[in-house]
Amino acid sequence: MFIPQGYAHMLLDGILMTVRLSLGALVVSTLLGLMMALAKISASRALYAIAALYTTVIRGIPDLALMLLVFYSLQIGLNQVTDYLGWRQLDIDPFSAGVLTLGVIYGAYFTETFRGAFIAVPGGQLEAGRAFGLSGWQCFRLIMFPQMMRFALPGISNNWLILVKATALVSLIGLSDVTRAAQNAGKGSGQLFFYLVLAALFYLLVTTVSSVVLWWLGKRYNIGVREAEL
Amino acid sequence: MKEILQEYGMAYLWNDGYQFSGLLVTLWLLVLSLAMGFVLSLPLAVARASGVRWLSRTVWCFTYVVRGTPLYIQLLIIYTGVYSLDFVRSLPLLNGFFRNGFYCAVLALGLNTTAFTTEVFAGAIKGIAYGEVEAALAYGLSGFTLYRKVILPAALRRALPLYSNEVILMLHATSIAFTATVADLLKVAGDVNAATYQSFQAYGIAAVIYLATTCVFIALFRQGEKRWLAFTRPRGR
Repeated sequence: MFIPQGYAHMLLDGILMTVRLSLGALVVSTLLGLMMALAKISASRALYAIAALYTTVIRGIPDLALMLLVFYSLQIGLNQVTDYLGWRQLDIDPFSAGVLTLGVIYGAYFTETFRGAFIAVPGGQLEAGRAFGLSGWQCFRLIMFPQMMRFALPGISNNWLILVKATALVSLIGLSDVTRAAQNAGKGSGQLFFYLVLAALFYLLVTTVSSVVLWWLGKRYNIGVREAEL
Repeated sequence: MKEILQEYGMAYLWNDGYQFSGLLVTLWLLVLSLAMGFVLSLPLAVARASGVRWLSRTVWCFTYVVRGTPLYIQLLIIYTGVYSLDFVRSLPLLNGFFRNGFYCAVLALGLNTTAFTTEVFAGAIKGIAYGEVEAALAYGLSGFTLYRKVILPAALRRALPLYSNEVILMLHATSIAFTATVADLLKVAGDVNAATYQSFQAYGIAAVIYLATTCVFIALFRQGEKRWLAFTRPRGR
């Protein structure tokens, strides 16, 4: 089927928005997840309590409800803070709001993934690193991280695929992602079905490509691991 | 906060004065889509786990496409996309079905959970110890009886932890239905937000209700697992 150039541009812009949003949210949620996972396995009870509250509350509420809650209240809350401090009003653009909201939501899922992976690395490995005189950060970077990734990858790929699909919801808070672009193009041309299926195919393509990349990464991080043959 | 609860508390839970709304509609959506998913996914899972290559591949194609695309897009295709087709509007039966947001939401949610549940059940069927099937065959069970008496009861029990996960995800997924004008919990929250401009309270109440419902479901499934998966627990000393 033929796509007029105007609509093609619209869809491409939408695709770009979806990709930027997904990658931005991935960065935020991975960092947040790593931090919260470290908090969860730390000896400090207060840190554990904060991280546990965060993951329980976020994972118990639908992402869409959270998205609307954060999106609508973030600006109001920020205004109250800036008013209180006597600052000028800070405006959050919808893109940052979308990235932050998705990042905070999926950070909770990444926390659980990373926590499980951290626990799976034998403690003796880190002790050996310390015995060799590595600093805490070097231990994390050279010993913990490469081994942890092997256990975390299946969870990461799951979360990433869910995250990409969740970005379709941001059109509800006013961002023109590929879903919104397909809706607009479809309404404009009267071929809503065609354009929506096109958008669905785009997501399917992303899912497929991601699976291939993650499979390759999995092979890389599994080097030197011998699996039991059943 | 107090005024919102006084004025809209009923709407959040079960009735907004004109129709059923809020939590009740959310749960009704959940029950209908789960029922549809369960009924459809059982035969599909048997086909997916079967040794017949083309059958298994066909079911895989279905689950791959549904699991690889966002539920929101699926709902949009069913609710707005299909209805924009001429032949659908010219047939009274289809026209009536696809014009109704609630039916469309149930269809989209049901198809979505069918795909995920099929994979869960198929995994459980494949995971059955070969000895169990071998023993059943040795006793002369075959075909339908084998599935009804041995494979399905064993597989469904073992799928319970993963299935409970899917139920919770579906509870959360029902929130998408408000985009198809279904008066579920999130739609009520949106209406309250529009009426009072108290966004945090309006959506916060809905979030708390979702959270509480999730906790109740988790507790129920824990009880269920204790009962139906008792044989997998290590024996006490």
